[in-house]
Amino acid sequence: MVDPVPSGSICPVRTGGGLTVGSRPGDCELHLTAVEDFLNWGKEHSLFYLLFATACCGIELMQTGGPRYDVDRLGMIPRASPRQADLLIVAGTITHKMASRAKRLWEQMAEPRWVVSMGSCANAGGPFSKFSYSVLNGIDKHFPVDIYVPGCPPRPEALIDGVIELRERVRRWQTLGVRPRDAAVIA
Amino acid sequence: MTVVAPPGKLTRQRVLELASERFPAATILVRPNSVPCLLVEAAHLIDVMQFLRDDPALDFKSLSDLAGVDLLKWPGEKKGEFLHSELMVVYQLHSLNHRHHATVKVILKRDTATVPSVAGLWPVAGWFEREAFDLYGITFSGHADLRRLLTPEDWTGFPLRKDYAYPESYGGVALKREGQHFDAGPYA
Amino acid sequence: MTIVAESPDGELMTLNMGPHHPSTHGVLRLIVECDGEVVTSCQPDIGYLHRSIEKIGEYLEFPQFVPYTDRVDYVCAMNANLAWCVAAEALYAMDPASVIKIPERAEWIRILVAELNRISSHLVAVGALAMDMGAYTPFLHAIALRELINDLFESICGARLTYNYVTIGGVANDLPAGIEPRIAAALDQIEREMRGFNKLITGNTIFRDRLAGTATISAADAVAWGLVGPNLRGSGVDFDLRRDEPYGFYDRVEFAVPVGDAFAGANGRVGDAFDRYIVRLLEILESTRICRQALKHLPPAAPKAADLVGGWQADVKAALRKPPKGEVHHRTEMPRGETGYYLISDGSKIPYRIRIRTGSFTAVAIIPKLAPGLMLADIVAVIGSLDIVLPEVDR
Repeated sequence: MVDPVPSGSICPVRTGGGLTVGSRPGDCELHLTAVEDFLNWGKEHSLFYLLFATACCGIELMQTGGPRYDVDRLGMIPRASPRQADLLIVAGTITHKMASRAKRLWEQMAEPRWVVSMGSCANAGGPFSKFSYSVLNGIDKHFPVDIYVPGCPPRPEALIDGVIELRERVRRWQTLGVRPRDAAVIA
Repeated sequence: MTVVAPPGKLTRQRVLELASERFPAATILVRPNSVPCLLVEAAHLIDVMQFLRDDPALDFKSLSDLAGVDLLKWPGEKKGEFLHSELMVVYQLHSLNHRHHATVKVILKRDTATVPSVAGLWPVAGWFEREAFDLYGITFSGHADLRRLLTPEDWTGFPLRKDYAYPESYGGVALKREGQHFDAGPYA
Repeated sequence: MTIVAESPDGELMTLNMGPHHPSTHGVLRLIVECDGEVVTSCQPDIGYLHRSIEKIGEYLEFPQFVPYTDRVDYVCAMNANLAWCVAAEALYAMDPASVIKIPERAEWIRILVAELNRISSHLVAVGALAMDMGAYTPFLHAIALRELINDLFESICGARLTYNYVTIGGVANDLPAGIEPRIAAALDQIEREMRGFNKLITGNTIFRDRLAGTATISAADAVAWGLVGPNLRGSGVDFDLRRDEPYGFYDRVEFAVPVGDAFAGANGRVGDAFDRYIVRLLEILESTRICRQALKHLPPAAPKAADLVGGWQADVKAALRKPPKGEVHHRTEMPRGETGYYLISDGSKIPYRIRIRTGSFTAVAIIPKLAPGLMLADIVAVIGSLDIVLPEVDR
């Protein structure tokens, strides 16, 4: 992943390079950018995720937050409350009994919000899809998912890769105005 | 590999003899490739269980397990053993002091399926019985709080019964999809 | 935690804790009634992770069920594999004609991986308990140590969490060449760092005082409520299936069975939350002892040509035979205590009924009895000290 931020500037530049005011080093430096890019730049580097783990993938999510994989370095801090979270990582099997609760958590999250479906169960029911009477075949039956991470369970590297994919998406996010996806939800 | 547990003070057979000598309603059931077990009529279950728990020589203070079984697809060995229309409750007992074991079975009619609750003898049975009620539809009379345990409260049917039909939809989501197994499985 | 209702007299308050809550160790829901800060009743609501594994087992052949046992308890999947496999082998052994012979090397590998997994499971238990008590650092130490064991398992079977390694008749593949010194070094590091962990948190006054005398379970109650494993031993009952009803080669290794003994000192009582914590800590050390013995006894790998007769490889043909028509109830000691498999076979390749009785199920069932009279904040101490893992409860 190549960050398009030129050295010395704090936010991505859409229209040309920086404009330096003054001639000595350390003088004020101006950069022109779009409001949306600036906001997305902030969001991209502080994806707070909800501590939501239902099953096996939850252990790998825990290890991902642990000392070795350390997702804090990506600006990802676990939050216990959905109202403070930007990112819902659906880690683990969602049963019919759990589905309505998971949906309520998603509804409680403030916009903009993103969803990563972690593991085969959350993607499509996983090993339980065929014979189980109680497992939902994919959380996307209840709310939209941005990134699907396959695996049973995915390795922490796979989850981090999924998050980096998501960051690309966040960078191009339409912050202002009503997005077509939300228009469908509102309707 | 040795898989047979070292014998406790009494062998399984001897434990069952003690109980069946005392209660005519309890008979010893010996079947091939299975440990001998005690077959008790539901009406006398509490008396027999009380005896097994409190008799100092038996002292079954621990209820290891309580399992429901549906005999619907059971291949009959000979006439009169198990009927396909029956359900079964299996109790696994263990004595920590004497280190011996016992298995107790109760056969129930499918349409009534009622057995007295042993939650008064072993508190752990309370949840075991709720689970058997939830998954097999077995009613435990005298249970203080017999509700569904694992499935949602508005779930229909008893999933672990052999004739259970998988739901078509739940909570507004259609469950049936291509390739999914909805018949009665390998026995169909 | 959200307030959902208040009783009309204004005295009692009902709190809904879970199914999404960072301290319930998964999707456990507790309906707590409190009078101020004191809990008057607590009703668990489970089933949010009920994946119908028992029903799935009635569609699959015996060896095909092994991956599902991984998901019965993913924190100690090796032990879960082992529990299923020894139960299935016990069923085969009911008929002398179909006994499955397990190679000696495979038996020692089984003990080795099961005990390594027990260590990593207990690390999660003690680390998460410390986190529930407000100490985040010990949890990170435990997680870092756990990665050590995950690396070993990755070398052995390719997976970090769900192993599918123990099979009916043996293990799936031999240990990779040269892993023994790595395991020995990891055991040394675990012992060393557990001493550090112990220094870090066990003596901490806040930690100790919050757990001492909290949620005490008497030995009689523990037996009557069906507690098993470290929870039972924490209450002073000296019972361990590995020693008392040995399966595999557990009768060939030496280890002590730690038992609760009011470790917290003056405020402590036998069977309190602190005892359960200490029992787990001691079991980690005992497991390292067992692992070392297994490494010592491990016979050399069989040469390629002889694999099928005496090496690691499973007696594959035997495991693919149909089991006898009969039934068995077999119990094994998992990190969360006794796991009983009640297996009924109708003589076909597919089990007629699989019943899984797990340790966490009864550990949740005792919460309504323990909770009344505790402070609200102690509820998480109860959950943490009982080491509940939700897939075991719901299956």
